[in-house]
Amino acid sequence: MSAVPSDLQYTTEHEWVTSGEPVTIGITANAADALGDVVYLELPEVGSQVTAGAVCGEIESTKSVSEIFSPVTGTVVETNDEAVADPGLVNQDPYGRGWLLRVEVVAAGPLLSADEYAALTAS
Amino acid sequence: MSDDLTQDPARRGPLHAEHLTLGAAMTPFAGWSMPLRYTSDLEEHRAVRTAAGLFDLSHMGEIRLTGPAAGAALDRALVGNLSALAVGRARYTMICAPDGGVLDDLVVYRPGADQYLVVANASNVDVVLAALRERCTGPGVEVTDESEATALVAVQGPAAVRVLEPLIADPDERAAVVGLRYYACTFASVGSGADAGGAVRAMVARTGYTGEDGFELYVTADDAPALWRVLLAAGATAGLVPAGLACRDSLRLEAGMPLYGNELDRTTTPYEAGLGRVVKLDKVDADGAPLEFVGRGPLAARAGSEPARVLVGLQGLSRRAARHGYPVVTPGGTVVGEVTSGAPSPTLGHPIAMAYVTPEVSAVGTDLAVDVRGRPEPVRVVDLPFYRRPASA
Repeated sequence: MSAVPSDLQYTTEHEWVTSGEPVTIGITANAADALGDVVYLELPEVGSQVTAGAVCGEIESTKSVSEIFSPVTGTVVETNDEAVADPGLVNQDPYGRGWLLRVEVVAAGPLLSADEYAALTAS
Repeated sequence: MSDDLTQDPARRGPLHAEHLTLGAAMTPFAGWSMPLRYTSDLEEHRAVRTAAGLFDLSHMGEIRLTGPAAGAALDRALVGNLSALAVGRARYTMICAPDGGVLDDLVVYRPGADQYLVVANASNVDVVLAALRERCTGPGVEVTDESEATALVAVQGPAAVRVLEPLIADPDERAAVVGLRYYACTFASVGSGADAGGAVRAMVARTGYTGEDGFELYVTADDAPALWRVLLAAGATAGLVPAGLACRDSLRLEAGMPLYGNELDRTTTPYEAGLGRVVKLDKVDADGAPLEFVGRGPLAARAGSEPARVLVGLQGLSRRAARHGYPVVTPGGTVVGEVTSGAPSPTLGHPIAMAYVTPEVSAVGTDLAVDVRGRPEPVRVVDLPFYRRPASA
């Protein structure tokens, strides 16, 4: 089981989110491992609105597909074109080059600390 | 993300410790804890297409029928003509309910004149065993469940011969394995040359579920770890890697092979699945009279009529893949079928799917759509299989 970075916050749906403005959002290593090799990302348009707890995209592997739930409410200011072109980055570096989108936050949804997320996935 | 990340404890096969040593991600499958992947689904898939993969299939069920009446008993119990199967050959067949619905699809081997080995899907072993015990009674046939004591290891891929050949010390056995025809079986002792004393006795069959050349090796559960290690070590130079159930599913889908629970189930007859050829309606008994096998009446009625739905291949024309259970629709939005299996094809680079659709939209070239989570994605009916291995392999 991979370590959970302590400087991020998490959702129960296995997304991570940075602090700061705008925030960066991705999926956890735990989630990437469960999906298997990611082969396709569908991310929201830059300029579109996302809502905390609502679906904002899809992440597809050979084996399965999962929806991406936005950890925050706000406006999408950037998406990771590099990861869209090479979705394997989500597996290789889920907390780094495999980030998914950046959002100007209006409001954050309910988020977990690293310890809380680690406890959630340890069970 | 909404994937269930929990893993249930389940039955452990004889190679469980090997998988953990290799760092496999384990997954519950048909009541077993099985390796889903060791490193990467895509890498394992590609290794099988270009070199070789090593699969643990010990969860499959092995049921042996012995005795002089075994072949005749299977003729009554299954849809195929197993008494006509030559010794040393194998056949893909099915066991049906009295109404013609498929209870399981099977590979049946005839390793000896009075010996048949019936290999069932893990999820159906109990059903198949109960049906065979009920149907194969009387003198001259005995039904034995060997699932627990038997391990199955598969070497699949174009390098399969290169991996296995040097591990068989006896020249006659080696020649028999190398020359083995597709859907044939023989016996051989398999081991590393340095450890000839530790060779493992195996029934070696040229069968598989990947669309590649390859072998399936049936050994005792006790012998499985030694065989597994010797194959892994010897195969490394040929590019063999351990391969999990995730790539097994994407490989069989590319090869257009049905999976019980997806393309086949109790409500489906072999005809709808495009596998009517396995039903031998003209089977006769020892006296030359028509043979009443289980399911014959309803199957004979189906054979002469167009099924209400047919299994087709669909090529995705966009990026989002159709998945099991998604509706197939016309360009106008009318529902005409349902996807049974679907995934992005690692070999072809676009989504592929199998689906049951109404006959009027089943012709190759027909443009349809699949409702992928609320949005129609364009697909086209194509021939199965999606992938055929190069003829030289």
